Amino acid sequence: MQHLWLTAWTDILESLRARWFAVYTLVFGSLVALLFVLGLTESRVMGFTGLSRLMLTYIQLSMAILPIFVLITTVRSLAGDREAGVFEYLLALPVPLGAWYWGKLAGRFLMVFTPVFLAMVGALLWGGLQGADIPWLLFTYYTGLLIALSWCFLGIGIFISSIARSVDVAQGAAFIIWLVLLLFLDLILLGVMIQQQVPAETAVAIALANPMQVFRTGTMMLFDPQLVMLGPAAYVILDNFGTTGYMAFALLYPTALGTVTAWFGYVLFRRGDLI
Amino acid sequence: MIQIRNLRKRLGRRDVLQGLDLEITRGQRVALIGSNGAGKTTLIRCLLGEYTRDGDVSLVGRDPRRFRTEVLRHVGFVPQLPPPLKMPVGQLIRYVSSLCGAHSDHIAEVAARLGFDATRFRHQPFVRLSGGQKQKLLIATALGRDTDVLILDEPAANLDPEARGTFFELLAERQKDAVMLISSHRLDEVAALVNRVIELDQGKVVLDDLVADSVDLASRLGCEIHLTRPEKAFAKAIGAWGFVDVDHGLAWRGTVAGADRLRFLGMLSRYAALIAALELRETDERTLHSRETANA
Repeated sequence: MQHLWLTAWTDILESLRARWFAVYTLVFGSLVALLFVLGLTESRVMGFTGLSRLMLTYIQLSMAILPIFVLITTVRSLAGDREAGVFEYLLALPVPLGAWYWGKLAGRFLMVFTPVFLAMVGALLWGGLQGADIPWLLFTYYTGLLIALSWCFLGIGIFISSIARSVDVAQGAAFIIWLVLLLFLDLILLGVMIQQQVPAETAVAIALANPMQVFRTGTMMLFDPQLVMLGPAAYVILDNFGTTGYMAFALLYPTALGTVTAWFGYVLFRRGDLI
Repeated sequence: MIQIRNLRKRLGRRDVLQGLDLEITRGQRVALIGSNGAGKTTLIRCLLGEYTRDGDVSLVGRDPRRFRTEVLRHVGFVPQLPPPLKMPVGQLIRYVSSLCGAHSDHIAEVAARLGFDATRFRHQPFVRLSGGQKQKLLIATALGRDTDVLILDEPAANLDPEARGTFFELLAERQKDAVMLISSHRLDEVAALVNRVIELDQGKVVLDDLVADSVDLASRLGCEIHLTRPEKAFAKAIGAWGFVDVDHGLAWRGTVAGADRLRFLGMLSRYAALIAALELRETDERTLHSRETANA
């Protein structure tokens, strides 16, 4: 365990000095600042106003930015470290492979999640100081969703890094995965498929398997309980799961997916050439 | 210490190692030479357990792949190219010492002997150090702890002559207890350091020879050079070896590490037409004494 935390801490220190982390933090910090500047807390959409409205917009924007950001930065830095000889040196030290792999994942998770979370906390504090009501339930749920989403794409990212032999391949694979998930959102290909008479079960299965769609539905359902703003698949899903069931699914499924992909990545990493 | 039986490694469609058989025992200092693509780096990575492979590899009696932490505790490794680590010097030393159960102070002491002040640079990211400083720190992390197997990939390439001398002394302190595998493109770079030469070519051993172990790694040679005329280029080159001008550019005096004599003479050969007189004499009393004792 000591080696795992040592590796995690080392990865955190490496990330703190990396350019990607500075850009990442700046993007999410600026996002919240921008939402305040635009006066989003004053606007009202379907009954939501104040901090709830701001958080809804923030979480929607996070869904658009976070997956691709996490995927690309993870595969770039890990595959880049491998290419540049960082792995060659550090893996010649007596660190157990499990501690190395999971330590890196833990350190990277903290670095990916913390800026997104702190930006949301910052918004909450600022709103609170301005006298706005703090939506604790929404905040807790969205924190859980952000954890799930970060972990999910981090797991996919580290899996890609485990099998890709170069930065270019890793980056290409990450981008294609993100693009496929994006295309199979409810309002894009999935909507078209339903229009083309694809069986509803298939469309629903795809929607349930796509972590981005799960996250999207999960975030929107509090804001839009009938999911009228969403596409047809989300409507079917809500009918089958119910609100609470789907909230639980939206938290558990991406977490499980991230864990499984990370685990496969670990198995492949341990079995193959380490560098 | 190191046993290799029928070691094969394929990368893509290429057989990089083609059935190597080697046994390296304690006290052997092996030059691993060969041109680019000969398989040196692949062999080193197999020894470090970083590559899967066919055949048997054993270091200190164990497979480095299956028992990596136990094996790697005994191994000090210096890579050819310093990794672009962003962590500060102090953190790197702490990380290595924590993993290896070594003392940070000891690593810092070795770095200081090589001319690198780890305390002064403790907050400096490793990647921002100069090539020589990085090399010194990597050598310190390998030699500043208890290791039986030293795997050094072009270890002295970026070192100044003074640091090279200290590096040879550090190797000399371990030469009886450890196995050293020193990889290089060129034999003359490492010839004076080793007592066995293994040459690889296209993944096979094409030369495996014991060589005369006549150079004491810790010895130093006093040297005085007289020139026919002062020459700026020579002054710059000899200045890099720490020599001082004792006669308006016509005479130079300094010391050279014994193991570095071939490299030093190689440098001098470029200025052969300028040299009027040259004297090289062993100055290390301990070395002379040990020679006399051995002769007696």
